[in-house]
Amino acid sequence: MQDDIVLTMRGICKYFPGVRALNNVDFTLRKGTIHALMGENGAGKSTLIKVLTGVYAMDGGEIRIDGHEGPIVIHSPQEAQHYGISTVYQEITLCPNLTVAENMFIGRGSGRGVDWKGMEKKAGEMLNNLGIPARPRQQLGSCSLAVQQMVAIARAVDAECKVLILDEPTSSLDDKEVEMLFGLMRELKSRGVGIIFVTHFLEQVYAVSDQITVLRNGELVGQYDVKDLPQVKLVEKMIGKDLEDLSGIKNNAPAGSENDVFYEADDLSSSESRPFDFHIAKGEVNGFTGLLGSGRSESVRAIFGADPVTGGTVKVDGKQVKITKPLDAMKHGIGYLPEDRKRDGIIADLSVRENIILALQVIKGMNHPISRAKTEAFADEYIKALNIKTASTETPIRSLSGGNQQKVILARWLLTHPQYLILDEPTRGIDVGTKTEIQKLVLKLAEEGMSITFISSEIEEMLRTCSRLIVMRDRKIVGELTGEELTQEQVMKTIAGGEQ
Amino acid sequence: MPDKKQKVRSLQREPLTDAQMLMFISIGIFVVMYLAAMLTLKGGFLKPQMIFDLLNDNAALIIIACSLTVVMIGGGINISVGGIIGLTVMSCALFLNGCMIESSFVSILLTFLLALGIGLAFGVAEGFLVSYLEIQPFIVTLAGMFLARGLTTILSVNPVKVTHKAFLELVKVKLKISWLGYTAQNGNLIPAKIEIGAIVAILVVILMALMLRYVKLGRNIYAVGGNRQSALMLGINVKRTIFWSYVISGLLAGLAGFVFLMHKPAGNASVALRGEMDAIASSIIGGTLLTGGVGNVIGTFFGTMILATIQKIIALSPLNASWWQEMANGAMLGFFIVLQSVVLSARSKSRIKQNSRKQNAPPVEEGPPQTQ
Amino acid sequence: MNTKKKAGAGLGQLLIPLVALGILIVFNLFRDLGFFAISMRVNNSGNIVLTGNLISIIDSASELAIIAMGMTLVTAACGGQDISVGAVGAIAGAVFVKILQGMGAITVGSVLLGLLLCCLATILFKLFNGTLVAVFRIQPMIATLILYSCGRSIAYWINGDATPQLNSPIISSIGMTIPGIPIPTPIFAVLLVGLLMFLVFKFTSLSLYTQSVGINAGAARLNGINPTLIKLLSFALLGVCVSVASVIGVCRLGQLNHKTLLVDIEMDAILAVAIGGNNLGGGRFKLSGSILGAYIIQMLTTTLYAMNVAPVNVKAYKAIVIIIIVVAGSPVVKSKLTEFWNRTRSVRQTKELSKRGVS
Repeated sequence: MQDDIVLTMRGICKYFPGVRALNNVDFTLRKGTIHALMGENGAGKSTLIKVLTGVYAMDGGEIRIDGHEGPIVIHSPQEAQHYGISTVYQEITLCPNLTVAENMFIGRGSGRGVDWKGMEKKAGEMLNNLGIPARPRQQLGSCSLAVQQMVAIARAVDAECKVLILDEPTSSLDDKEVEMLFGLMRELKSRGVGIIFVTHFLEQVYAVSDQITVLRNGELVGQYDVKDLPQVKLVEKMIGKDLEDLSGIKNNAPAGSENDVFYEADDLSSSESRPFDFHIAKGEVNGFTGLLGSGRSESVRAIFGADPVTGGTVKVDGKQVKITKPLDAMKHGIGYLPEDRKRDGIIADLSVRENIILALQVIKGMNHPISRAKTEAFADEYIKALNIKTASTETPIRSLSGGNQQKVILARWLLTHPQYLILDEPTRGIDVGTKTEIQKLVLKLAEEGMSITFISSEIEEMLRTCSRLIVMRDRKIVGELTGEELTQEQVMKTIAGGEQ
Repeated sequence: MPDKKQKVRSLQREPLTDAQMLMFISIGIFVVMYLAAMLTLKGGFLKPQMIFDLLNDNAALIIIACSLTVVMIGGGINISVGGIIGLTVMSCALFLNGCMIESSFVSILLTFLLALGIGLAFGVAEGFLVSYLEIQPFIVTLAGMFLARGLTTILSVNPVKVTHKAFLELVKVKLKISWLGYTAQNGNLIPAKIEIGAIVAILVVILMALMLRYVKLGRNIYAVGGNRQSALMLGINVKRTIFWSYVISGLLAGLAGFVFLMHKPAGNASVALRGEMDAIASSIIGGTLLTGGVGNVIGTFFGTMILATIQKIIALSPLNASWWQEMANGAMLGFFIVLQSVVLSARSKSRIKQNSRKQNAPPVEEGPPQTQ
Repeated sequence: MNTKKKAGAGLGQLLIPLVALGILIVFNLFRDLGFFAISMRVNNSGNIVLTGNLISIIDSASELAIIAMGMTLVTAACGGQDISVGAVGAIAGAVFVKILQGMGAITVGSVLLGLLLCCLATILFKLFNGTLVAVFRIQPMIATLILYSCGRSIAYWINGDATPQLNSPIISSIGMTIPGIPIPTPIFAVLLVGLLMFLVFKFTSLSLYTQSVGINAGAARLNGINPTLIKLLSFALLGVCVSVASVIGVCRLGQLNHKTLLVDIEMDAILAVAIGGNNLGGGRFKLSGSILGAYIIQMLTTTLYAMNVAPVNVKAYKAIVIIIIVVAGSPVVKSKLTEFWNRTRSVRQTKELSKRGVS
């Protein structure tokens, strides 16, 4: 083993029933580097990481780590930690009922006792050093999500770790927090830790990484130095074909005119959002933008009646209506794809078919069940139309990849033939190919006359698809941009509050 | 300088956690209830002996309630504890009666070990099935309850009274505290009496409280109950933790059986019938959540005392009938359950508001009037 | 092979209970062929009835089977179990008896009215449970612990004293057999309730709603389903099941004993749900599995009786069989077995291949 190599994986194979998740994959990590692991959803990134951390047992191949003679076998995350491999996952994997300090130290160290004083002191020092705004004795559940994520990173940093795996660590952090995290990553890198960085944000890869390994369909495409692989090339490697130029996607339609309005809200407010005015025309694509917590999701939830509505008047197609719960919205032709797919979108144990027909069935009412034959036909139709990769219509949705799950939820709403579709972060955490597909679909649907509200953390996506952007800050609408104003610079300015 | 600042920060008092909140509510209610009983019913409630009686009569219940609390914190349930008490009491009674050993010390020691052994066997078996074979704990311990009850009647359908002399002597041993006693009408000083079982029960509460706080296994149980998946990711051996929680639970149930026998030295098929449900109720009243991760044995102790006090109050009141007692139990349980639910949801709501307000700096002035 | 796999998947969760039932039948075949004998005989009231162990199994499992159906729904929608069904059953019985006694003469009409009112009362009690679960978000087992611990006292309080009797041919027709029909009436009650459930699931999409709520109530709400309503509905349906079962139980004995009516049936019902391969954590469910589970439990009990095991000792043997069934159905054991099966098959395949290679 070369001196500066800390981890080698050779010929890793992993099979699931009917799926070849990893086929003969190699991976090499050097000391003191940040190594991005890239690939579309279902490419095998998560599987590779789970094999490395002992969550899955591999079906073939070998793993070697610096400091241990010969190949090692890892049976559990605990063992992985023992070998110096720590992981921070996208979903926060801490216990909300324990204190911050406990969450940083539980599950490690020897002995049977708990040294509360020592632990809390050490935790306090570490939190201070890293500038994490949490107290050691605080119950973790009472911290915000971003702080919880940072506690998870502090925990991983603390271990005598040689390999730090960051699996989509930035998806719930805002820009400032991302910068802080990058600072931390560079610091660790200088201490000689090898970092595996998994993310969907291309810009972030180029901001911190030294090397890139690309996977596709469970196979290794190659390992590259960042400077040798421009962004366009990277995307090509990931999706395996020349990328159709994304700039081809552009919403050229003018912002909807005032007299063709489909939905209109005055002073609408919910238990989670402050009163706001909003309207959308037929065939218009608009979007809410703003930082995390600016109230963009809460606003669309209020439109759909997802949170208890507390006031305001709503007009659909010119007629005043009452929308206080999701079913009201659905009956008026509104669909809503929620921000958190896992928590609010999929019904994990139900089949793809049942997930697709759910909303339509509910609109029809419990007493008018759709026949089995019909539901199968619907499911087949949309699996084909949206190119959903699933073994069959009866596969439970939880065994699909993130992108395909998202398409199933999209199919669920398209099946109801909505006149107004709200898409909250439809492209989050899914691969580039599917992202492109979804953006194209949005524009196609708008052309056919559907009104669409599109929310994305990636401003570029919104600039491409929306003809009008509503900018929010501190739970208030602070601006509306159309036409010429739709530039990244202008949006940033408005978000930041840079009015002269 | 920054060091000082940091010290201040870490020593700062944290707001009450949900678990502490629930525990304080139940302690508060116990105190209020007891005071009310002292004022209205007077009589026995004015004597310290009443508290000792509550402890003496409910020692076994306190122990199995602790046993349930440990399992429930780990996110499980154990409904076999009542059955285990029944089986332990019956086996120990039969063993003592049939015991041919000269030394009474050895025979009692063996009985004690038998009690623990039965509890341990059930705990190990149930723990294995729940943790390593991933079978639903309710079903496993239901089967455990059936087995224990069935074995009890197989051992003897008829009640068995302990005739072992040394053991009966042991049963009579009581700790007497004269300064907490009272003077009877004839002028004799009657000291307060505490049974060995009650002392054992208090020791169990203290030991379990220490275990849950200062032993890694204890914290791991909280972690596993709070979020199983996360606990696994944090490097905790989830299966082993769950296994041990059942072993402890079984062992305590066996101990409770022995304590029961020391209080009432006779076995029959209906000993501690539905004891598991009383134990669950005590845990819940004490602030343990069935969802796991929240609770502690101090609260459970007061939960048991609340139930015991209600029984006593009704027994001393004109409503003395078993069905009134059951109804009062049910009503009390209902009251606590709803109270907890309301308190918890109110707290989580205010917390969310606080968090979002912290993040979104400006105070809400023109915010909508928030009904409910 | 592909079609085989599909058929196996359709059977899925019913496989273990069916195998268990099969083993019980085969065991009895070897033990004593006479176990299955069915004969006609004249009963106490002069009717010709079918008798035999099989009839008695199917007959006496009726209450359990009916309650197991309701329990399955509550389990699926709420992700927890109702442990108060026995106690609420006692209340239902008390209401039924109170109404019949209050009306004086026992006629078909008064029995029907009694059943209806008892049904209403039970639904009310179950809605109390349901409200705690659906509105106050309390775990079902805890929420139902309240009525579990005081339900039988309420039943006692309704009727005042010990064991009121109901003497009427109508009552015995419901509890035992209708003159002229040799099959015990409770069996028809199970068929009726089963048919009702079947029709409900056939002509509404309650099943999809219930499963969605059980798996992910939040997501179900965002798709327009009202989880609170669905949970309450599941409790209401359980209430109907409980009242029917309790009326059968009262009529079977011709008297009400608030202490023993449907005693411990909650445990058996939960067991039936689990043996039927349903997840006690909610979500996916199969009613047929639970019904099968109920008959397995009763068959086991009757078999043990036939083997001269004393009724009080039956529990111990039952426990052992339960453990065997749930261990066989446990995901860990299942995956180990499939692994083993795959390995032996691949070994066989390679052997075959090498044989072919040689020839």
